Amino acid sequence: MNVLQQLVNGLSLGSIYALLALGYTMVYGIIKLINFAHGEIYMLGAFIGYYVANNFGFGLVLTLLTSMIICAILGMLIEFLAYRPLRNSTRIAALITAIGVSFLLQSLMIYFVGADTRPYPQLMKNITYDLGIFQISKIQIVIIVTSLFLMLLLQFIVQQTKMGRAMRAASVDPEAAQLMGINVNYTISFTFALGSSLAAAGGVLIGLYYNSIDPMMGVAPGLKAFIAAVFGGIGIIPGAALGGFAIGIIETVVSALGFTAYRDAVVYLILIIVLLVKPSGLLGKNIKEKV
Amino acid sequence: MKKIIGMLMGATLLLSACGTPGGGTAQNTKSQKDADTVKIGLNMELSGAVAGYGNQEKEGAELAVKEINDAGGINGKKIDLVVKDNKSDTAEAATIATSLTTSDNVIGMIGPATSGASKAASPNATKAQVPIITPSATDDSITVVNDKVQEYIFRTCFQDSFQGVILANYATDNLKAKKAVIIGDVSSDYAKGLTKSFKDTFKGEIVADEKFNAKDKDFKAILTKIKDKDFDFIYLPGYYEEAGLIIKQAREMGIEQPIIGADGFSDSKLIDIAGAENMSNIYYTAHFSEKAPASNKVKTFIETFKKEYGKTPSSFNALAYDSVYMVKAALEAEKENTSEALTKGLATLTDFEGVTGTMTMDKNHNPKKPAVVIGLENGKETSADVVNP
Repeated sequence: MNVLQQLVNGLSLGSIYALLALGYTMVYGIIKLINFAHGEIYMLGAFIGYYVANNFGFGLVLTLLTSMIICAILGMLIEFLAYRPLRNSTRIAALITAIGVSFLLQSLMIYFVGADTRPYPQLMKNITYDLGIFQISKIQIVIIVTSLFLMLLLQFIVQQTKMGRAMRAASVDPEAAQLMGINVNYTISFTFALGSSLAAAGGVLIGLYYNSIDPMMGVAPGLKAFIAAVFGGIGIIPGAALGGFAIGIIETVVSALGFTAYRDAVVYLILIIVLLVKPSGLLGKNIKEKV
Repeated sequence: MKKIIGMLMGATLLLSACGTPGGGTAQNTKSQKDADTVKIGLNMELSGAVAGYGNQEKEGAELAVKEINDAGGINGKKIDLVVKDNKSDTAEAATIATSLTTSDNVIGMIGPATSGASKAASPNATKAQVPIITPSATDDSITVVNDKVQEYIFRTCFQDSFQGVILANYATDNLKAKKAVIIGDVSSDYAKGLTKSFKDTFKGEIVADEKFNAKDKDFKAILTKIKDKDFDFIYLPGYYEEAGLIIKQAREMGIEQPIIGADGFSDSKLIDIAGAENMSNIYYTAHFSEKAPASNKVKTFIETFKKEYGKTPSSFNALAYDSVYMVKAALEAEKENTSEALTKGLATLTDFEGVTGTMTMDKNHNPKKPAVVIGLENGKETSADVVNP
C-alpha cells in the first residue's frame, strides 16, 4: 500500500517537473539554448495566478489560462529583448545572458513584492479520496490530469499543425527552413510562448499544491527540470516528460527510504550515471557528428 | 605582486589604526560617570530581511525608556537611547557595536535581535568592555563559546537547548505522550540544537527520526512513511515556512496527532501557509503570551503598550521591554551608571520580575525563566501553559 501511495506522491511532483522540462527541451531543440530563465517564468506564472485569483476572484481554469497567456507573452518578450540580439553570437554568450535574465527576474520580484513567502489563494477545497489501496487528493488529481492534458496538447501541436511542422523544420536546419519560406524568428517566438505557458501552468498548480510561493521558488524546480530534460534526452519532447516523471519518482523514493537530506545529491548522481552510460539521455539517439 | 603585498600591509595598518579608540575605555568610563544621562545603544535590524523583529524590539525598548524617564530615570539620571540600524547584516552589526562604544560612549547595548548578528557584534563589545543584552537571540553559542562564558554578553530570552527540554517535558507531563516521531530540519543549527536537547530529555520512545532541508516543499514521502506507525505526537524543530507546509500536508493526509514545535513557529505566516483549518492540536514554546501572564506586571504592560502603539504586544516587544528594565535593575543594584557596574549587575541579576517572567541570571549568562507553551485549535490560541524549567 505504501509503495502505491509513494508512487502517487512521486507522480504529482513529477508532472510539475515534466511541464517545466518541456519548455527547456523545446527551446534547446530549436535554438540550442539552455534557457535558465525558465524557472523564473514558472515563478512569475505562480505570482500572476496569485494576483488574478486574489484581485479578480478568478476560478481555477480562468486563473490558469490568464497566467499561461501572460507568461507566453513574457516569454516572447524575453526572447525578443535578450536572446534575439545574440542569435548570431556564440552559444556561451546566450547561455550567460539566460543566467543574467534569471537573476534579474528574481531580483526585480524581490524588489517589488518582497522576499516573503506568501500563502496561495485556495481556488478549490482540497478533499482527500481514500481509494483503499492509496489516497489521492483532489489537487493531486488536478495536477496530474492538467499536466497530461497539456502534454498531449503540445504533442498534437508539434506533430499535427503547420506551426509544429515549422518548429520541427527550424530545429533541423534553421537556414534551410528559412529558404523554404518559414519565418524562423516567428517560429522561435512561438516556441518560447508554448514553453512559457506550460511553465506558468506548473507555477499555478504548485502554488495550489503547497499553498506557498516566493520569488526564489523557481530556482530549485528549474534546475531539477533542466536535469529531467537532460535525463530524458534534451531536445526530445517525450523524453522531457519521461525525465520529469522519473525525477519526481526518484526524489520521492529517496525520501521514503529515509535519505531526504541527500535527495538532491542522489538525483545528480543518477544524472551523472545516465550521462556516463548514455550521454544522449534515455530517449536520445546517438547522432554522429559530421566532420 | 609587490604592489599587492604593499597594499595589503597598508590596509592592515589602517585597520589596526581604526582599532585603537576601542582601547581607550578607561577614559570613556570616567566621562560616563560624569555624564548627565545614561547612554544606551540600540543595535537593531530596522531594515533588511528580518526588519520585522528589529522594529518590534525598538518599539518595546522605546516604551520602556519612556516609562523609566518619566519615573525619574536610573540612579537619578535619564536614559538616552542611541538607535542604529544594522540592516539585518552581520558585518554592519559588528561595525555598529564599535561605533556605539567608541564614538557614542554608551555604557551598554541592546540587540541585535538575531543570533548571527549578535555573534558578529560580540567580539567588538568584548574588546570595548561594554556589555550587550540581546533580547531574542536564542542560539546557545552566543553566551558560551568553546565552554568559555562570554563576559560581556547576556540575553533576555531562553536558549535553544532549553526549549527542547521544555517541549520534551510538556509532551510527557501535559500531553501524556510516550511515542514520538521527530521530523527535523538538518540544515540549521537552531533545529539541530533543538533536536539534540529533545532527544537527551525525552524519556519515551522515539519511533522515527526523519530529516529534511530548509526550502524543501514536498514532505509527502516522509509523511506517508510515518502515517501508519504507532506514535503519539510529532516533534517538529524548524522554522514556520517548512513547518507550515508539513502541518498542511500531514493534516490533509489524515495525520491528526499533536504537532509540537519551538519559537520558530511563532509567526502568523505559519497559520497562513498551513491553513487555519489544519492548525489544530499544535503546540509551541513562546517567550510571552497575553493568556498566560508570567508575572503581575503583564497586565499594565499590555495596557500601556496598546495605548502607545494601538496594538497588542508581541514576544519581541516584550523581550526588548524587559531588556531595558534589566539594565535599570542591574545599574540600581550597583548604584553606579558605568559599563563595569552594568556587567557586574547583569551577571548577578536575581529574581528580576519582567513581563516575560521572573528571571535569575545563571553562570552562563542565560536567564533561568519559565517558558509559555501555546496551544492552537483551528489557528486560534486556545491554551497557554507556563512551564517552569
